[in-house]
This record gives sequence, C-alpha cells and structure tokens, in this order.
Amino acid sequence: MIHFVLHDPKDTVAVVVVEGVKAGQDLTGWIMDEDRTIQLKSQQDIPIGHKLALKDIKGGETIIKYGHDIGKAIADIKAGAHAHVHNIKTKRWSRALRRLT
Amino acid sequence: MITSKTTFQGYRRENGRVGVRNHVLILPVDDLSNAAAEAVANNIKGTLAIPHPYGRLQFGADLDLHFRTLIGAGSNPNVAAVVVICIEESWAKKVVDGIAKTGKPVTGFGIELHGDHDTVMRASKVAKEYVQWASELKRVECPVSDLWVSCKCGESDTTSGCGSNPTVGNAFDKLEPLGATLCFGETTEITGGEQIVADRCANGEVRERFMMMFNRYQEVVERHKTSDLVDSQPTKGNIAGGLTTIEEKALGNIQKIGKKCKVIGVIDKAEVPTRPGLWFMDSSSAAAEMVTLCAASGYAVHLFPTGQGNVIGNPILPVIKLTANPRTARTMSEHIDLDVSGLLQRQKNLDQAGDELLEVMLRTCNGRLTAAEALGHREFVLTRLYESA
Repeated sequence: MIHFVLHDPKDTVAVVVVEGVKAGQDLTGWIMDEDRTIQLKSQQDIPIGHKLALKDIKGGETIIKYGHDIGKAIADIKAGAHAHVHNIKTKRWSRALRRLT
Repeated sequence: MITSKTTFQGYRRENGRVGVRNHVLILPVDDLSNAAAEAVANNIKGTLAIPHPYGRLQFGADLDLHFRTLIGAGSNPNVAAVVVICIEESWAKKVVDGIAKTGKPVTGFGIELHGDHDTVMRASKVAKEYVQWASELKRVECPVSDLWVSCKCGESDTTSGCGSNPTVGNAFDKLEPLGATLCFGETTEITGGEQIVADRCANGEVRERFMMMFNRYQEVVERHKTSDLVDSQPTKGNIAGGLTTIEEKALGNIQKIGKKCKVIGVIDKAEVPTRPGLWFMDSSSAAAEMVTLCAASGYAVHLFPTGQGNVIGNPILPVIKLTANPRTARTMSEHIDLDVSGLLQRQKNLDQAGDELLEVMLRTCNGRLTAAEALGHREFVLTRLYESA
C-alpha cells in the first residue's frame, strides 16, 4: 500500500493518497521520479490529498515540491506533520496593495 | 496504442475540418434573443440552443472577443449548421457572415420589426430544414492528424498533479507527433511554473509572446486584487483537496503538457490555431470560460482532469473527465469517464493511463457520449474583459 507520493527526491513535502491516515501511523511513500519507496511516521491525522512534511522545516524556509519552489513555511513544521495553508503561504501576489490611480 | 494508422469516425465539414458531433445550433447573439432561440430549439427536435447573458453595449476588445467567440462556436466542426438570432438584424448578419466562411449552412434572423412570434416561426422553418439535412450526414474514417484536442483541469487537488494531469500530458506527448492540434491555457494558473512553460516554447518569438500574455494577466491580478487571492486562487475546493499555494497548483497544472511537446504558438482568447502542434491560449482558469474558448478556437474534443470533482460540460465540445482521486472516483462516479487512481498505487504506469485516456477519447470521437453529455451539462460561458458601455 502506497500512503503518500512525492515527485522529486528533493521534495520536502509529499501528498497523502489514501483515506484515513492517522497520527502515529507508519507510512510508505513512493518517489515517482525514481520509482523507489521510503518510510515515515505521521505526526497527525492527514486527509487524502493533503501534504505531510518529509523533514523538519523551519519557518521562513522554502517548500519544495515537483523539485520546485511552491511557497514558504510560515511556522515550523515537523517531519510527518500536516503541511498546508496553516503553515505554508504563497510567495506570489502577496506584496502590499498597489494604489489605484 | 495510438499510431499513425489509427483512425476515428468523424464528420468532415465543407472547409475540411473534422468534427466528432453533428449539432444544429440555435445561436443567440445577445441576452434578449435567448427566449426566441430556446423556443426554436423547443419546436425543432434535435437542435441545440446555447443561451448566454451578454451581447449588449459591449465595446472595443470586449466586443471583438464576443463576436470572435460566437463566430468561433458556430464555425466549430462539431456544428453542422447554425441559425443565428439577434435583436438587431445587422449584428445577426455579422455573425452569419463570420460562420459562412466555413461553407456550412447558416441563416440569421433579427427580432426588431418582427417580434418573437414571427422570428421563431421563420427561424423554426429553417432549423427544421437544417436538422433533417444534418441527420443524413455520414461519419467518415479520419486520421488522428485531423483531431483538435484541448485540455483544462478543474477542481484540482494534489492528485491532479500526481496522476490525472500527467495522464493528459502522456496523451499529448503521443498525439503531438501524429500531427494533432493541441491546446492548453489557464494563464494565472501557470504562476510559479511560467519559467518551465517559457523553456518549453519552440523559439524566442513564441517565448516572448507567451511571457507577454503571462505578464499581461499578472497585471490584471495586481490591478484588481484585494489580497493575495487567497479566496480565489487556489479555490476553496482546491484547498479542501490539499493544494496550498498557486505555485503548487501551477506546477501540477502544467503536467498536462507532457514531457516532450514544444509550445509552437500562442493565441489570444478564441483565436484559431494555424497549424498542428501544441498551442498556448491566453485564458481565464474558470472551467466553463476556458472550455467555451476552446470550442470557439475550433477544438473538437476536450480532456478534463479533475481532483475534487468538477462537473462541467460544454454544448459543442465533448468534455472527457478523468480523476486520480479514488474518493472522487467513488463518490462522483457518474461524472467520471476514466478513473486513473490506480496510478497512485502503482497498479498502472503513466504510459498505460495515457493509452487508456486515448482509447476513451477515440471512442468519444466515434460518437460515445461523455458523462457530461449524458448528464446534460452544457455550460456555455462567454469571457468578458470589462464593463459594458
């Protein structure tokens, strides 16, 4: 059973692809680009489609998925923890509002 | 396996383009003509009215796009013949003249000085002739190089980027060498992956035009945004499905263009590609708007990966839905034409999923109704650029 998948071995987050992942569960992940598996323990319940951190991530650090920058951590995230809008934010469209003239 | 010998049964139109459906359209030019158009479609069985809310007091580039979209919809090879209805006869004529360039039968009617009753009666007589004529047209054997295939994803989630979008990419990588005409778009949903698309452009000229279109849309977002689009891009559905940022959504989105296809050209909304290969069309990322623009550009079949379960269809263009999310495949099965969730359990590889999608696509081209067609999804949504005058 594959519990989560990642694209690139450099990715720091991966996608849960089964329903009902529980805190403390031993999970098997599949690195699609290299077709090999890795193991990780989940820290939290994680819904299908949502991401978990593959390593301890510090607030401010860039998040890598598909081998590319997908935004920045806005809080520390532990390996195996739920990684989503509560601890990751886009780097785009976020500068101060431009004054309309 | 799809090869240069693969064929499908399509309708070859007067201008040589090949359609996979045989609609007789009742096309209103404006909101005021919807009632008459729907009355004609109700009178004459087998015709199809495509009501919409616009067409009055538009001007400039927005009006040009309105006409381009309506003329494009009528010109689509999935359409055999068209009855155009407009409040003003001169604008009906403008749309008729545009569609007539394809050589297909088309007639226009103005409501002013006649009223709905007389217009519906005259238009119904023509629609009846058209639908009986169209019902005798025969499908003929056509090569894959005659196919125009567009793609757009919707209600995406993380499984889209892992499974259903790469499946479309695999299909595109197989269609492109066979001479099919392909298209992707969704300009804001490339934000974060624009460099990857730019690197896939066939030459500097295409790259420059792509970046011009990309930056033009970024300026629209910057001009109108009230936040970082946290409520819109990603959508609430995307976020519920696990997508966190626009960059993540974009990198998933562009899996649809495969690993090999080069972007050979860039078109503005509802413009018509001029040769085979993969085209980028500047467009909204809203599903019905984008698919309507693909229909207006002349695409004949559409590949639509979904994560959380977008239910879209289009009146002109068959929309084939696939998902890699096993929960969506289970809970929304009536909307899904192809379940590729096995990809994420390593039960099949991308090559197999791509072949399965191409098989469903060819069956659809041969006449099999999509889930969206069977369920009556006919979302025809015109893109607006700004306020009416």
